Amino acid sequence: MPLTLTDHDRALLSGEHGPAARMAMSIIVRMAEVFGAERLLNIQGAHIDSALYMGDATLEFAERLASLGARVVVPTSLNVSGVDERGWREWAVPPDWAEKARRQMAAYQGMGCAPTWTCTPYQTGFKPRPGQQIAWGESNAIAFANSVIGARTERYPDLLDICAAITGRVPAVGLHLKENRAATLLLRLVDVPHELQADDSFYPVLGHLMGKLAGEGKPAVLGLQAAPGEDQLKTLCAAAASSGSVGLFHLVGITPEAPTLQAAFQGREPEQTIDVTLDMLRAARRELTSAAGQALDMVALGCPHFSLAEFRRLAPLLQGRRRHPQVRFLVTTNRAMAARAEQAGLLEPLRRFGGQVTLDTCILTTPMLPPEVKVLMTHSAKYAYYAPGLLSTQVVFGELEDCVRSAVEGRVMRDESLWGT
Amino acid sequence: MGNVIRGRPLVAGEAQGQALVSSEPLSFWGGYDQRTGEIIDRRHPLSGERAAGKVLAVPFTRGSSTTTAVLLEAVRLGTAPAAILTTGPDSFLALASIVADELYGTPFPVIALQPEAFAALHSGDWLQLREDGTIQVERVRQTTKGEVSRE
Repeated sequence: MPLTLTDHDRALLSGEHGPAARMAMSIIVRMAEVFGAERLLNIQGAHIDSALYMGDATLEFAERLASLGARVVVPTSLNVSGVDERGWREWAVPPDWAEKARRQMAAYQGMGCAPTWTCTPYQTGFKPRPGQQIAWGESNAIAFANSVIGARTERYPDLLDICAAITGRVPAVGLHLKENRAATLLLRLVDVPHELQADDSFYPVLGHLMGKLAGEGKPAVLGLQAAPGEDQLKTLCAAAASSGSVGLFHLVGITPEAPTLQAAFQGREPEQTIDVTLDMLRAARRELTSAAGQALDMVALGCPHFSLAEFRRLAPLLQGRRRHPQVRFLVTTNRAMAARAEQAGLLEPLRRFGGQVTLDTCILTTPMLPPEVKVLMTHSAKYAYYAPGLLSTQVVFGELEDCVRSAVEGRVMRDESLWGT
Repeated sequence: MGNVIRGRPLVAGEAQGQALVSSEPLSFWGGYDQRTGEIIDRRHPLSGERAAGKVLAVPFTRGSSTTTAVLLEAVRLGTAPAAILTTGPDSFLALASIVADELYGTPFPVIALQPEAFAALHSGDWLQLREDGTIQVERVRQTTKGEVSRE
């Protein structure tokens, strides 16, 4: 069936709603044809990754739309930006980059997007409702919205997300449609101790392995005995969407579309079943570390952006301690979360520790790290996955406590008792 | 001589170039240096290869939604592949080409192949892509003297 457009769609496409809506609709319609969509559907919200300055092409795209008078027609949040507007001078960000990144931020704010500047809109006042049709960019947020909340979004790439927000229309395909939301791959946890399942470090490792095993598939995990918290699910999403193309997964008995195994698969048979063993998880955890030895230059936390609950967990670990003078200690989050943490008295311990906070962006999206940072330690599987390629650093993956201890000692310290070897 | 395979053009167009093939999916963000066109995902089998001007064949893009922006910037800087072949309708790649068309008038062909056709491609093959999605494949062989000849 060819693509059928409504009168409103055709009006958008012919320029009746202005030249920006015409350009955005042209891209939406051409993409609908790529997908083989039969129709478009309405969205009720959008989350935009396109505001991230990646080079002059993304800036030219933004300023073209802005100059044509683009306005978003649904509530729209913004993903991380290309620069911490206030703090960039403390780091190695080139002034030219900062200026262009700011121009790109201004273009999207001018279109009516909310300046949330975070990869965790679901923790920053833009949480969709279950079943709601949305168009989200940012891979961790897409996985979270679909899997944990039960909202419906495809994996929107940069540049398409804003076209959806300007037109309010998206191709009716993929994860927007219930029949495409069934799991395809069954992952059975077979010998994973309950104690490990309850630990924060379990979720990024499971996510990393899940992404590798799933590829483009939709995994369902059976055998989780713990009740993971929001931040644990966040790290699971970020990891799975880094090592794989996971836009939706189900945790049987936990996530909203998987009350039962049968519900997760919508009554179909798994295309593949894999037993996930402790040994496989240990191997996945080892893969997240590329550095050998104990040398350490920096600890980076907050990927995805640190939440208030994570600041609350970190603060007591920092009490009465101070980082080693050779090791930088950084937390990345957004302006709204930092304000809440400040109000709760959770930033003062971080400052006394010698730590820094970078707002609205992260080490992967703004060129902030000075070249002397060669070994990075993190509790984030996503930082660990991307840092070697994007930042040319070696990486050590470790638990939050170990990250703090290593920053104090000035060398990599890891407690292996929970994971064994 | 060589043989002809047929795919579904996601973004139609003509191009030719040397094939750079991997069965491993690739994330352009963190995996592709837009300044040089080098594949920089150190976990990827094509790590260190330059894809600029070549016909890049990867089954699909993996990971972050920033792939499109990286590829669009590569188009702007002239470091993008001449064309991309995939095994499915990869929206991230097609979009980069469509936006390159809207913004600069310079799309690149993106063609989806059946897995069997994809599997028959080898790095070094000389590929000619036509508007209708057909691809002429010429196998290139290294001779003992290091010269290159086409089959």
